[in-house]
Order: sequence, then C-alpha cells, then structure tokens
Amino acid sequence: MDPEICNEACLICMGLILVLSIFIGFEVISKVPSRLHTPLMSGSNAISGITLVGAVIAAGSAWDTMSLVLGTLAVAFATVNVVGGYVVTDRMLRMFQKKPGEGKE
Amino acid sequence: MNYILLINGTYIVAAVLFIYGLKLLTSPATARKGNLVSAVGMFLAVSATLLNEEIIDFRWLLIGIAVGGVIGALFARIVKMTQMPEMVALFNGFGGIASLLVGWGAYHVMPLAGLFVMTTVFLAVLIGGVTFSGSLVAWGKLSEILPGRPMLFKGQTLLNGILLVAVLVGGSLFLSDPEGGYPVFLGIILLSLALGILVVIPIGGADMPVVISLLNSYSGIAACAAGLAISNNILIVSGALVGASGIILTNVMCKAMNRSLYNVLFGGFGAVTKGSEADVEGEVKPISAQDTYFILEAASAVAFVPGYGMAVSQAQHVLKELGDILEERGVEVSYAIHPVAGRMPGHMNVLLAEADVPYEKLIEMEQINRRIANIDVCVIVGANDIVNPAAREDTGSSIYGMPIIEVDRAKTVIVLKRSMSPGFAGIDNRLFYKENTRMLFGDAKESLGGIIAEFKGA
Repeated sequence: MDPEICNEACLICMGLILVLSIFIGFEVISKVPSRLHTPLMSGSNAISGITLVGAVIAAGSAWDTMSLVLGTLAVAFATVNVVGGYVVTDRMLRMFQKKPGEGKE
Repeated sequence: MNYILLINGTYIVAAVLFIYGLKLLTSPATARKGNLVSAVGMFLAVSATLLNEEIIDFRWLLIGIAVGGVIGALFARIVKMTQMPEMVALFNGFGGIASLLVGWGAYHVMPLAGLFVMTTVFLAVLIGGVTFSGSLVAWGKLSEILPGRPMLFKGQTLLNGILLVAVLVGGSLFLSDPEGGYPVFLGIILLSLALGILVVIPIGGADMPVVISLLNSYSGIAACAAGLAISNNILIVSGALVGASGIILTNVMCKAMNRSLYNVLFGGFGAVTKGSEADVEGEVKPISAQDTYFILEAASAVAFVPGYGMAVSQAQHVLKELGDILEERGVEVSYAIHPVAGRMPGHMNVLLAEADVPYEKLIEMEQINRRIANIDVCVIVGANDIVNPAAREDTGSSIYGMPIIEVDRAKTVIVLKRSMSPGFAGIDNRLFYKENTRMLFGDAKESLGGIIAEFKGA
C-alpha cells in the first residue's frame, strides 16, 4: 500500500485494474436507460466520493498542520459527495418506484 | 490478523457491490436497490480504511466526516427536483476538489515518491482543479448566479491554449524536480483552476447537459488519478467506473444535439448568430386559456412536450393533473421526451416521475416523431430549441441538423411560453410563426392552471 515500496509488478497490476474497470464501466453503464440518466449521474457522483478513502488516510496520517488541513478538507468534501449523492439518488429512485395511488412524499 | 489483507479484501467486495449496484440501475424496478447496494459498498470501503495502520489520529477525520455528512444530508433533503442539475454540478466540483486535495496531500507528505507517483499527483491536481472550478461555473450558470448565455471575448481560444501549454510546461518542470518544485506545484493548482473557469464560461445554458456529463466524467478520472498516486485500488476501480459513465452520457448528449464534443466546448454555441430571422414568415397568433380548452376538448390524441421552462415554473404536477383530466375524457395522452430537454440527462424523466406520471406514458423522441402526424395537439411546456424546426429547415442556424421533436407536423401546436424572448440558445424559434401554432403566453404553471379551470368549469 505504501507508494515507496510499490514496484513494477504493482504498477502493472494497477494498470490492469484500471483497464478492466473501464471496460466493465462501459459495458454496464451503456445499458442504463435514458430515463434513469439523472439518478445514474447523482449515483455515480456518490461513487466518485470514493476519494474519501484516500482522504481518510491522508487526514489520519497527517504529520504537520498543512497535511492535516488538506486531509480534513478532502474528507469533508468527499463526505458531502458520498452522503449527499446516495441520499438524493434514493429520493429520486423512490419516485420512479412509486406505485399508483401512493401519496406524495 | 493481517489488516492489509482484510482492507484490500474489503475493497474487492466494495468494487463488486459498486458494479452490481450500477447493474441494478438498468431497470427502474431494481434501481433503488442498486443505489442501496452501492452505498453499502461505500460504507464497507470507508470502514475498512479506518483499520489502516497509517492512521494514527482519528479526531480530525471524524470531524470532517461529521461536517461533510451533515451538509450532504441536508443538501440532499432540501434540494428541489427541479434543482437537480445545480446540485449534480456542485457535487462534481466537490469530487474534483477532494481529489485535488488528496493529490496535494500525497505530494506534501512525500515529495520524493518517484516519477510515476508524481505524474499521477500532477494529473489528480490538474483534473481535480479543472473539475472544481469548471463545476462551480456550471453551478453558477445553472442557478442563475452567473448569466447563462455564453460569455465570449476576443482571443479566448488563444488564452486557453496558452494556459494549457503553461500547465504542461509547469508539469514537466515540476516532474523534473518534484522536491524543489513546491512553488511550481502551487502554480499548477492555480493554472488548473483558471483553466476550468475559462473552459466552461463560453458554454451556453442549452449545452449544460454535455458539460455536466463531462465534468462528471472528470471527477471520476481525477479520483482514478488520485488512486494511482496513493496506490489505492478501490479509488482506481470506482474512478474508472464514474469516468466511463460520464463519457457515455457526454456521448449520448452530443449525439442528441448532432454536435461533436469539440464543437460544444469551443463552438461558443448560441453567441454566434441570431439565425436568419429575415426569412421567418407568418405572424404570432396568441390564444386564450379558454380557446385552448376548446381545442383540447376536441382532440383525441394529445402530446405534451416538456422543456426547461417546466422545471423553472415547477409545472410538472399541474401538467399531470391536466393529463389526467384529458385521459378521463378518453383522450390519448403522451409525454414526449427529448434527450437534451432540461439541463441534464434525464432531467424531464425525474420531474415527471416526481409528479407520478407512469413511465409508459413517456415517449422518446424517435418514437413520437414516427406518429406525430396523427397527434391532434402538441402542447409545448417551456421547451424551445428542441422543437425548433430551424434544425430541419435553416442551414444557417446554429442548431441545424440537431434531431428535434417535430411538433410542427402535428395538427395543432400550442406553445406555453412566458414571452417571445428567444430560448437559452439565443435563437429565434420559427415554430412560433407557423400556420398551425398558437401561443399561450404566461407562466407555464398558471397557464396550465387556467386550462384546468376551464375544464372544471365546463
């Protein structure tokens, strides 16, 4: 996990992960119907908040004020993305799921 | 217990949950579950990360999570469905700045991490910075804090080019000497922020669906670069998924406007011409709510064509009420959805879903065009460019060639519109002058309310 000990094999491995993820992404997401494109967007927004994982490590391992500030800010922004993204997507998808006769939220 | 193994194992589970969640999003019936699955994946990934032995102090990161969580939850609860484009734009920006900060932090902690890591740090900061400032501009335009029209000035392309070259030169300077390159690094951050602003400023409101999709993709690519910088697989996988999603949406939006991405980004759409107004023939024929009622009452097939104006006046609920009244009278009612109607992909679908319109009634552009000649009345609710026949007829128009909902081929067209002002793209709409077009002026919500009142009074 430490970049300093990351050797060539590790780089190739990350490259492989990257390429395969891109392929899977295209394959899966091209099947999402256009009527769900807004929830797809806000949902993938939440997923891009995964930076939170990196931010948490940065904030927790900070050794001076500067890195602590950078890490904490990153954590806060990424969490807004994660929480806000999932909650608002759920709100939208609930409407798509609504059965006739059910009241408004 | 080896935590590194546990953490990375959990990341694999999280990646599977993200992908499975996206897969469930391919059908409205399972989509909500998919979002939940994805959220569980995120929870697992973040929880596992807390076991990382590099983390020695939990205080500030927990404060960050608490603050961000409260803000995010509040945002998500109070935002109106009509404001979704603004919210997504803002969140794209937050994703971008988070990646920038993570990249910055990685550099700050170990400026000697080697060429590969520094290259990815550079990319994370550059893409993250462009995403952040670009998204803020997009957000400003969508929420009308900034003017929605394209802002162009002389030498803009040249300036963008110079900035881009400066970023690349700065990047190679930085990479040749990362340790002593802190000032250069800060310069790169500033340049990337400036670049984001300048790239989005010349893009008009009608092109916002493309811009939001593209920035969505960038926020994923930035996360991906940050993941490479700190050798974190889950960031790489998730970033790539979001990047791919954004690119697909960008492509769909560009196709729907018959324009290339290059043209959207550098075309300065809408600021170029006012169209060939001279050869627009005919006159505008206003109509009252009462006469609209007579026309609708005699119709047997009605199609509503919603656009951004419906979102602005929050008319989706009244529209559905009118649709229900017509259906009770045996009228065949459908809602024609143009792919770029509104300000983001799928915008109209969300609003109509909010108003409880069953999705079988939402008809996509190609299908409605095939049978549009059999429709008695097309009611345009706050749409403009997506029904402008200039896209078919006027080779000089900036929207020429764009696929439109060909409402002018229906028997009668009723346009609900606030005034005669041109649409977001700034082009005059010759539909308003056609023989079979009637204009019902006023706020869309009030106009629809007026028609409903006529039905109820009759």
